[in-house]
Amino acid sequence: MIRPQDLLCPKPEGLYCAPGDFYIDPVRPVDRAVITHGHADHARAGHGAVLATPQTLDIMGERYGADFAQARQPAAYGEAIARDEVEVTLVPAGHVLGSAQAVVRWKGLTMVVSGDYKRRRDPTCPPFEPVPCDVFISEATFGLPVFRHPDDREEVARLLRSVAQFPERSHIVGAYALGKAQRIIRLLREAGWDRTIYVHGALERLNALYERHGIDLGPLAPATTAKKAEFAGQIIVAPPSAMQDRWSRRFPEPVAAFASGWMQIRARARQKGVELPLVISDHADWDELTATIDELRPGELWITHGREEALARWASLHDIPARALALVGYEDEEE
Amino acid sequence: MRAFAELLDRLSLTSSRNAKLTMVRDYLRDTPDPDRGWALAALTGELSFDAAKPAFIRKAVEERMDPQLFRWSYDYVGDLAEAVSLVWPARPGANREPELSEVIEALRTATRPEVQRLIEGWLDAMREPRERWALLKLMTGALRVGLTARLAKRAAAEMGGVDPAEIEELWHALHPPYEDLFAWLEGRSDKPSAENPARFRPVMLAQAIDEAVDFAKLDPVDYAAEWKWDGIRVQAAHEGGLRRLYTRTGDDISRTFPDVLDALDDEGVIDGELLVIRDGRVAPFADLQQRLNRKTVDAKLMAAYPAAIRAYDLLQDGPDDTRGLPLTERRRRLEAFVARQASPRIDLSPMQPFQTWAEVADLRAAPPEGDPQVAEGLMLKRWDAPYVAGRPKGPWFKWKRDPFLIDAVLMYAQRGHGKRSSYYSDYTFGVWNADELGQRALTPVGKAYFGFTDEELRQIDKFVRDNTVERFGPVRSVRAEPHKGLVFEVAFEGLQRSTRHKSGVAMRFPRISRIRWDKPPGEADELDALERLLVQMEGR
Repeated sequence: MIRPQDLLCPKPEGLYCAPGDFYIDPVRPVDRAVITHGHADHARAGHGAVLATPQTLDIMGERYGADFAQARQPAAYGEAIARDEVEVTLVPAGHVLGSAQAVVRWKGLTMVVSGDYKRRRDPTCPPFEPVPCDVFISEATFGLPVFRHPDDREEVARLLRSVAQFPERSHIVGAYALGKAQRIIRLLREAGWDRTIYVHGALERLNALYERHGIDLGPLAPATTAKKAEFAGQIIVAPPSAMQDRWSRRFPEPVAAFASGWMQIRARARQKGVELPLVISDHADWDELTATIDELRPGELWITHGREEALARWASLHDIPARALALVGYEDEEE
Repeated sequence: MRAFAELLDRLSLTSSRNAKLTMVRDYLRDTPDPDRGWALAALTGELSFDAAKPAFIRKAVEERMDPQLFRWSYDYVGDLAEAVSLVWPARPGANREPELSEVIEALRTATRPEVQRLIEGWLDAMREPRERWALLKLMTGALRVGLTARLAKRAAAEMGGVDPAEIEELWHALHPPYEDLFAWLEGRSDKPSAENPARFRPVMLAQAIDEAVDFAKLDPVDYAAEWKWDGIRVQAAHEGGLRRLYTRTGDDISRTFPDVLDALDDEGVIDGELLVIRDGRVAPFADLQQRLNRKTVDAKLMAAYPAAIRAYDLLQDGPDDTRGLPLTERRRRLEAFVARQASPRIDLSPMQPFQTWAEVADLRAAPPEGDPQVAEGLMLKRWDAPYVAGRPKGPWFKWKRDPFLIDAVLMYAQRGHGKRSSYYSDYTFGVWNADELGQRALTPVGKAYFGFTDEELRQIDKFVRDNTVERFGPVRSVRAEPHKGLVFEVAFEGLQRSTRHKSGVAMRFPRISRIRWDKPPGEADELDALERLLVQMEGR
């Protein structure tokens, strides 16, 4: 009798696959790693060999330098790769450019590690592909029924309404440097904002990388080139930490906007001094999490980083055996 | 409803007054009748409903989802209306999203079971949590989005390009949804009539005098001086058989002070200070607080805290609108009017004769025995000026007595809001006291977030960043040791005992008056100094 924990089990370094001798998104340096996506808490430097999508490898190279690992093994979406007796396939997760679920097959058992994912459309990456499986290992960042992300186009429309309403002010949109920033820029372009978007220096390299991968971000300029008054009526995209930094003083009466799933909670917005919360997330909200589990109907649900308790409760109410995996070391990049 | 929800959402997260004004003005401009009128009524606090209680909402949500999941959600969010608005399982298409006016109409007129059924249906139909949140806020009657009624009316005035005072004066003659008001603001009809008897008249306000600049330009002969009383500004109206008492913002407090209105025999409108006057002497402000904020009063309370108006202006004398007359003439009429009432409940604020500004300065520095000891300072009013609504520059000045000062040590700094969100601009300061172990330690005594220039703010911000000890979210604790730290000279208007503060004292109107870069924190004041001051003030 083959048990799922013989194929994948949690270890301090991360989720370990014994029959294939590799870790998925390990938080410490290991010999062999499969990386689901390029966010820093999932993709760390210093591993021996790294298997990931070409986009994710590219992102890691951009962030950590060309020697971030001893060997890189690119795997295109859908390409089955053998690791000893185990077969690994990377399938789109819809989270950020290059993000993937790791589908792990062994002796007729299929386990899917979702990595971080979302179900709605993202102009910067292909959509999540559901894969039938025996065990689905889901993230649960927004695993509480209060997290219901609205339509992102409506959120961007609110931002543009505010820009029109306050032409004498600038709008700084706090957005995580990898994925969120480029998605916001693309959404603004789709909404018809064709003016130059000013960007913080910390975003420039990843923006260029997205452009190289065919994501057209339109006219961008560093947020340092114009005089203060010229930023009136303009949109600036910056990493969240810069918004309350002295850096933001160069702009006229900035309206602090912040694009994150956490912005759903008013106290969070208030605590961060955000005037215009934009509820835009690269993670699945409660409805997406539950709909995905309902759609897959896995034999077992394992829940990792986030609010495991509520999602486990939901699964048990829907007769899906569920357990929380205590994996440590994953932060939430939207914080 | 969606536009109103977006407005409430943005108001609740915006601290800039100008930005709020813009948001409300644009909403009123872009929203059709009658929705905008109902929104204005909600924003000015003119609506109150009791058809639906929050408890039913909790029950309704638990019928729709697992109660355990709801409990976790509520615990996480901390606010019932917000938690419900987020978790409510939407059934788009189940119903039509309501217009704001429909919601308000129902809340005003439907029976409780009907309202509950309607609210559940609307919550089902609404697509976004923001809308559900707005509906639930509206239902409970308290919007709490940090907007005063005055600011909402000002936004309406801006929208129509009229003087805010015109709207204030009309306000009590208007009824939601104010279609006549908007028709006038948009130039589609004449100004609605404000000729309802005993209405509120917008008040005239004073500028703070700038001693260094103003006195040199002012001739003492042109001005009258009187004490600035430490009560609340009121307007008492008796017209067409109706008697009304208003606060300076136009809130009707007639029912709280029937004793005062009874004394107003003649028809007219007086402007004055509401005080507790016992045996001919003004009692401390704390006595007046016993009478304020009560819906009704009984004879015992009225006898224990006898309220009175100390009159200083006359806006209407029988049939005559006196506001266009100069102060000399209004004062002559006021003296005659007050004398005719012949009641201890209405007396006259006496004028203080003087020849030079130096004499006024002496009065302010050393008020004579009796009531003037309780005054907050002096008022200077131009004899030839008419009574003009708002705060015109020149005719009226207030010259408050010098504030109290202490030297206190900066202990915590919090990031500001809006324009100041990149600065640590809210400061908690403390004075020295002996702790439980008898060690000299700082005790927080107050918080201030203004009184400094932009340049000083930059310097303090840098000090905070360079001397941070610990961070707690938006707050930093800073070094505050006898030889290392920052001393503020803090100005305040008074002290009260407080059980809410660890130090046992609370300051009225504290602000930073000077930054003492030169002073070592060890030489800042002791808590004893504040306690002595408190005893002194209570004995006054």
